[in-house]
Amino acid sequence: MPTFPTSAPSASRRSFLAATGAVSLGLALSACGGSGGAGGSAPAKPVGQAEIDKALKTPTELTFWTWVPNIAKEIALFEQKYPAVKIKIVNAGQGTPQYTKLRTALKAGSGAPDLVQMEYQAIPTFTITDSLLDLRPYGASALKDRFVDWTWGQVSGRDGEVWAIPQDTGPMGMLYRKDIFDRHGIQVPRTWDEFAAAARKLHKADSGVYLTNLAANQVAAWHGLLWQAGAKPYLTSGKSVITLSVDDAVSRKLGEYWGGLAKEGVIGVEPDFTESWYAGLNKGKYATWLTAAWGPVFLSGSAKATAGKWRAAPLPQWDAAKPSSGNWGGSTTAVIRSTKNPVAAAVFAQFLNSDPASARMFTTEQFFFPATKPLLSDAGFTGETPSFYGGQKVNQVFADISTTVDSAFQWPPFLDQAATDWTETVGKSLADKGDTAAALGTWQTRLSTYAKSQGFTVKGG
Amino acid sequence: MSTTAVPPTARTPRNTHPRSRGSGAGPLFVAPFLILFVLLFLAPLGYAAYLSLFQERLVGGTVFVGLDNYVTALKDPQLLHGVGRVALFFVIQVPLMLLLAVLFALALDSGLLRLSRLIRLGIFVPYAVPSVVAALMWGYLYGPDFGPFAQASRHLHLPAPHFLSDGWMLGSLANIVTWEFVGYNMIILYAALRTIPQELYEAAAMDGAGPWRIAWSIKLPALRPALLLTLLFSVIGSFQLFNEPNLLMKIAPDVITSSYTANLYAYSLAFTGQQLNYAATVSFLLGLLIVIASYAVLLTADRRRTS
Repeated sequence: MPTFPTSAPSASRRSFLAATGAVSLGLALSACGGSGGAGGSAPAKPVGQAEIDKALKTPTELTFWTWVPNIAKEIALFEQKYPAVKIKIVNAGQGTPQYTKLRTALKAGSGAPDLVQMEYQAIPTFTITDSLLDLRPYGASALKDRFVDWTWGQVSGRDGEVWAIPQDTGPMGMLYRKDIFDRHGIQVPRTWDEFAAAARKLHKADSGVYLTNLAANQVAAWHGLLWQAGAKPYLTSGKSVITLSVDDAVSRKLGEYWGGLAKEGVIGVEPDFTESWYAGLNKGKYATWLTAAWGPVFLSGSAKATAGKWRAAPLPQWDAAKPSSGNWGGSTTAVIRSTKNPVAAAVFAQFLNSDPASARMFTTEQFFFPATKPLLSDAGFTGETPSFYGGQKVNQVFADISTTVDSAFQWPPFLDQAATDWTETVGKSLADKGDTAAALGTWQTRLSTYAKSQGFTVKGG
Repeated sequence: MSTTAVPPTARTPRNTHPRSRGSGAGPLFVAPFLILFVLLFLAPLGYAAYLSLFQERLVGGTVFVGLDNYVTALKDPQLLHGVGRVALFFVIQVPLMLLLAVLFALALDSGLLRLSRLIRLGIFVPYAVPSVVAALMWGYLYGPDFGPFAQASRHLHLPAPHFLSDGWMLGSLANIVTWEFVGYNMIILYAALRTIPQELYEAAAMDGAGPWRIAWSIKLPALRPALLLTLLFSVIGSFQLFNEPNLLMKIAPDVITSSYTANLYAYSLAFTGQQLNYAATVSFLLGLLIVIASYAVLLTADRRRTS
C-alpha cells in the first residue's frame, strides 16, 4: 500500500497511521456484493438554470467524504449562499483507506457519499467502474479557463467529460539546504547532469550527507519525475484498450539515472515519511528534497530545527532550454454517480473550488497550493515571504513551475496495482542497489499481465 | 464447592426422564448461539466460497470460472512463498515463545521470585499494547540510522545490525510477535499451574521429590492441555500473520512485499488489485490449511497420549 501524500500539509503522518488500520478481510469480503454502480444517468444534456435554482432551494443534505482538515470553514461559505443545502462532512481516511471504503460502499450499492475528496491519480480508477458523475451538464465546462491547464487535463475524461473539480495541486520542485550548498561550494543544479555531479561531490566531501533521498517506496514521486521527463506510461484509448509503456526510452533514461546514483551510493533511498526520514531532514543528512508545492509548508512543520536554511528552486531539467515539471499530490472534489441530488452536489463541488473566496481560503486555512489561475497570479499569495525559507517568495517559485507542467499525462485505471508493482520491482531495485533497468522490464511485464487478466487489451511494451 | 454438593445418589430420581422434560427448551437454548454462528460464521464463509468460483474483471464484468481460481492459486509462486514463510516462522518462533512462556510460568509458580506480581504484569503488558503501537515502536528500535541499536553500535565502532534487511526480517518479526504474546501464553500456563491440587506436591515431597523433580513429573504433565491450547492459538496466529509485517512494510517496503505472508497477500489482492474473487480463493485455501495444521497438532498430541 503506497502512500500518496497529498496537499494536506501536516496530514502525511496521519495518513501513515490511518493506512495501518487493517480492515478485516472477512468483513469486507462479505460486504461486497451486487454489481457495481450501473449508472443510468443520461449523457451530457445540460441542466437548465431553473432546475438548478430549484434544486438549490430544496432542503437537501449532502454527504461529503473528505480528509481536509477544517474544511467546514469553506463549506460555511457555501451554506451561507445556499442555506437550503447542508453538507455533512465525514472523514473516511486519507487517500487509499478512503478509496477502499468508497469501493466497498459502491459495490454494496448503499452507503456511498454524494461527494468525495479524490486525488488526481485516483480518478481513472473510479471512472472505469462508472462511479463518477460527469459534471458538464451542470455548467462545469464554463470553469475550464479558471483552472490551470494541466489540472483541467487531469480531471477531463477521454470524451471531454469533467469528472471532478481541481482543488489543490503539487507541481514538483526542489527544496535545498542553502547552508550545505554554500559550505561545499555547490551551485543550485539546473540540469540533472549537474545534479548528479553535485551528488557525487557532496557525498565525497562529507560521507554523512547525501544530496537527496529518492524514497524507494514513493511511487508518486517517481510518477512525478516520469511526468517531468515527458513520459506517457499509461494511455487509454477506448474503455478497454491501454498502452503500457513503463519500460520505454524515457522511462529507462530515468531508471538508469536514479538506479546509477543509488548504486554509487551518493543518494539516499530510504522510505519517506518515516521517523528515520524525518530525523534525516532535521539533522542535515539530506541537502535537498525533491518535492511538490505542498512540500514547503509541510517541511516547515516537520523540520523545525532547520528553519531559515532552506530555499526553493525548480527541479533540475533534462533540457534546460525547455523547463518542465510533473505533479505529485493535490486533489479534487468529485460527485458520486449514485447521488440522489446530482444538481446540488455538482454545484457544491464547483463552488467549493472555484468561488474566489472559497478557493482563497484554502490557501490561508489549509495552506493548499492553488489550482486556479487567478490565485497563482495573485500577489497576495505569491508575494508571501516565509522566514523558514529566508524570506524567499517560495509560492512564486512554485507558481512559475506550475505553468511548466505537461497537460497530457494520464493515469491508469488500476493505479493501486501499478503502484504496488512499482514498489516491488523498481523501488526494490533502488533500495537494493540492484538493476533498475531490468526492474523496469519486470514492472512492465507484471502490469501487462495484470491488465490482461482484468480484461484489457494491452498495447506497447 | 464440591464438598458442599448433595451426594449424587440423591439426584437420580430427577434424571429418570431426561428426554421427555424440556424437549422444547433445548433448541431454544441453542438458538442464540446457532443463529449467530450461522449469520456471522457460516454465511460469510459460504459467501467467500461462492465468490471464489467467479472472476470479476474491470473490463467485461463477472464470469463463472469454476475451480480455475483454485488451480491458479495452487500454482501461484507468491502464495506458496508466503505460506512457506509463515510455516518457517511457525517452526522457529512458536517453540521459542512457548518455551519462554513455560519457563516464566514455572518460575512464577515456584514462589521463589520476589515481586512476582510485578514481574507477571511486566511480562503480560506487551500483550495489552496494541500491535500497531508495538510495530511502530519496534520499527523505531530497529531503525538502521537513528535506532538505539544502530547508534550504540556506531559508538562502539561496530557494524550496525540491519534488523530490517532481507535476511533479518523474519527474525525481527518473530522477536516482535514473541515479545507481544509470550505474556499472554504465560498467563494461560500459569493459570493451569494454579489448578494443580496442593496435595500432589505434598505427596511428592513426602516421596522425596525436589523442586526440579516436581516441575518435571507433576507440573509439566499437568500443563499439557494448556500447552496444547496455546499451541493451537499459535498455529492460527502464525499462519494469519498480518499486522506486524503490514506495519513494517512502511519502513522496509523493499523487503516486505505485498505477498510477504499469505494473509497479507489476500489483503493486497482484494484491496490493491481489485481481485476480490481471487482473494476469496486465497483466504479459503489459507483457512483450509489452518484447519489441517490445527488438526495435525491435535492428532499428534492425541496419539502421544494414547501410546
